[in-house]
Amino acid sequence: MPSDTFFADVRIVADGIDVRGDLLVRDGLIADFGPSLGRPGGVSVIHEDGAVLCPGLVDMRVALGEPGFEYRETIASATAAASAGGITTLAALPDSQPAIDDPALAHLLIARGRETGAVTILPYGAVTRGCKGEELAEIGLLREAGAVAFTDGTRAIASTGLMRMALAYARGFGARIVQHPEDPSLARGGSATEGELAARLGLPAIPAAAEAILVARDIRLAALTGGAVHFAHVSTGEALSLIRRAKDEGVSVTCDTAPPYFDLNENAIGDYRTFVKLSPPLRREEERLAVVAGLADGTIDAIASDHQPRDADDKRLPFAQASAGGVGLATLLSVTLVRVHNGELSLGAAVSLLTSRPAALLGVNAGRIAKGAAADLCLFHPDRIWKVKSGTLPGKAQNTPFDGRALEGTVLGTWKAGRRVFGL
Amino acid sequence: MFYPQKHLLQIEGLQPPEIGDLLDLAESYVLLNRSGKTQRDLLRGRTLINLFFEDSTRTRTSFELAGKRLGADVINMSVSTSSVNKGETLLDTAATLNAMHCDLLVVRHGQSGAPRLLAEEVDAAVINAGDGTHEHPTQALLDALTIKRRKGRIAGLRVAICGDIAHSRVARSNIHLLTTLGAEVRLVGPPTLMPPEAALWGTTVFHDMKTALAGADIVMMLRLQRERMSRGPVPSEREYFRFWGLDFEKLAFAKDDALVMHPGPMNRGVEIDSAVADDPKRSVIREQVEMGVAVRMAVLDTLSRGHGRNAL
Repeated sequence: MPSDTFFADVRIVADGIDVRGDLLVRDGLIADFGPSLGRPGGVSVIHEDGAVLCPGLVDMRVALGEPGFEYRETIASATAAASAGGITTLAALPDSQPAIDDPALAHLLIARGRETGAVTILPYGAVTRGCKGEELAEIGLLREAGAVAFTDGTRAIASTGLMRMALAYARGFGARIVQHPEDPSLARGGSATEGELAARLGLPAIPAAAEAILVARDIRLAALTGGAVHFAHVSTGEALSLIRRAKDEGVSVTCDTAPPYFDLNENAIGDYRTFVKLSPPLRREEERLAVVAGLADGTIDAIASDHQPRDADDKRLPFAQASAGGVGLATLLSVTLVRVHNGELSLGAAVSLLTSRPAALLGVNAGRIAKGAAADLCLFHPDRIWKVKSGTLPGKAQNTPFDGRALEGTVLGTWKAGRRVFGL
Repeated sequence: MFYPQKHLLQIEGLQPPEIGDLLDLAESYVLLNRSGKTQRDLLRGRTLINLFFEDSTRTRTSFELAGKRLGADVINMSVSTSSVNKGETLLDTAATLNAMHCDLLVVRHGQSGAPRLLAEEVDAAVINAGDGTHEHPTQALLDALTIKRRKGRIAGLRVAICGDIAHSRVARSNIHLLTTLGAEVRLVGPPTLMPPEAALWGTTVFHDMKTALAGADIVMMLRLQRERMSRGPVPSEREYFRFWGLDFEKLAFAKDDALVMHPGPMNRGVEIDSAVADDPKRSVIREQVEMGVAVRMAVLDTLSRGHGRNAL
């Protein structure tokens, strides 16, 4: 039974909303909000000086450890990390073991999310059976079962013919294809971005152009089929230029990026730190600046954590052999706020990139503050400092690329349908 | 009789009176067949060769029966495509047929345009019995005859053609015939089985069956080839049936007296539910087979008169 809650004198920020005032939650819904509502009796009151109340974050790219990789993360541990990061809705990648290529598995994930009471799990459906890139999965039946979009997760759909078929077929169901934009034949075996640094460290490398090559191809295919393509974790200026132009031309294309690509560059690899081995790999500084510009000018539609839990055995290996990927649930908001503190993004724009815009992309009713909407909320202090420390993060996996980073902006509490699921 | 062509290679390009003549003649053959009063010597002394480069049971049998009912000497030649180098052998075959003094040549071939190539080389009148993914003109004629006899007309009817439009010669011939005679043709199927710009053929393209079938007078199902299922444009049979298979739930969106058609052979439980296919109130699938013989008699009769000399 969620208790009714009154947020007193907070800055309420959501898509198109930025007001100082109060917000009342009754029966799990936002009953009212605005300046000086007047506090009703019998409610628990929340007040923090200088705090911001925004919709619970919608993270559109999360690898859960389940099913199949429970040694890395479970739905329970991922939920704890999500709640600590202010996330109340997440889209789960389908390249699990087994892959989410059967409607029954999509049903299962939705039900498992409901059981947590803290986070809504939106399943992605696999584009191809087993995410193997060979034959189409049952996109229609998966869509009916609740799959919000289709992707092969961290595996790029390599075949041009198959990608064309997937875009055309999914269009009939109004579904988007989410691509890991990296030409696999260029990326195979690579562990860093091709350039002076990778050459000096002696690391097998992937040219940054591997991203633009696939983005260019898939934009052409989206135009050809009328299908909708979304590029995940875009990390290069060239890819963003292509996406920007395609949007201008009216092609149905969208993209997201992940915090490492606007907060870090390849120098973070330092002396072979495997926690910053990511896929795609970290780029040169000029690419990071291009991603920041893409956020500021609206080319990038959403910020997603690209949470990829790994355990010590996955990471305590020579750099090229270590598994790529970093956790990101608990740091999603704080790293995004760096761009606000630097004056590159308004707070409203940053919140929209984390809430209403990904929700709209996924076609779900979430990430907004409105009377009658579910009280999925995140209360944070934009200026309070904390330090990311691997080993102390919420959740199971600790492979954060931001280890040691001091961040300005702290989640104080998270509410799911009016119930407090996290609080400092 | 105004049918001016020497051959019947395609529906595309035929004019309404030409189609109308064939259908009227076919209608008279339906009545004659039913009363057993067919003129059995109309094609006496004429040679009809069924030249089938692809397996077929019903179309070949239908032509054979039509020829025999009219008194022609009917010869079936089945040619395996696996062993032949197509282009050259096809012309060799034409030379052989000319030497045999064949009058009527019925051709089915896996390659679009093969009957036309033969028609350029042989003396006989050529009837296309299905070429690749191009046309199957006698199927469209028999479908039209079935519709006309049931509904009294074709103009103004709403016809939904459903399924694998991209690979269907039946669909193409029907689209040309039905639009030529003034029907409203709707195409529905997954985008991966829809030819690009099919709307340019005077049709409306849908991907959702319920929307496409709304208010339809005729629901024409197409056969889904099994090879489209693996590593192809359709993920699975169960998904295909769920979204594009005709069951009573989807049929309910069509008119109450809508007719269900299928060129056969059917994949029950894939593109059509058995209960629909076997419902005598809705399904005219068996009647289509009967009309097939009559239509082919009309075509053989017409072409044997040799009015026209120009291939369509």
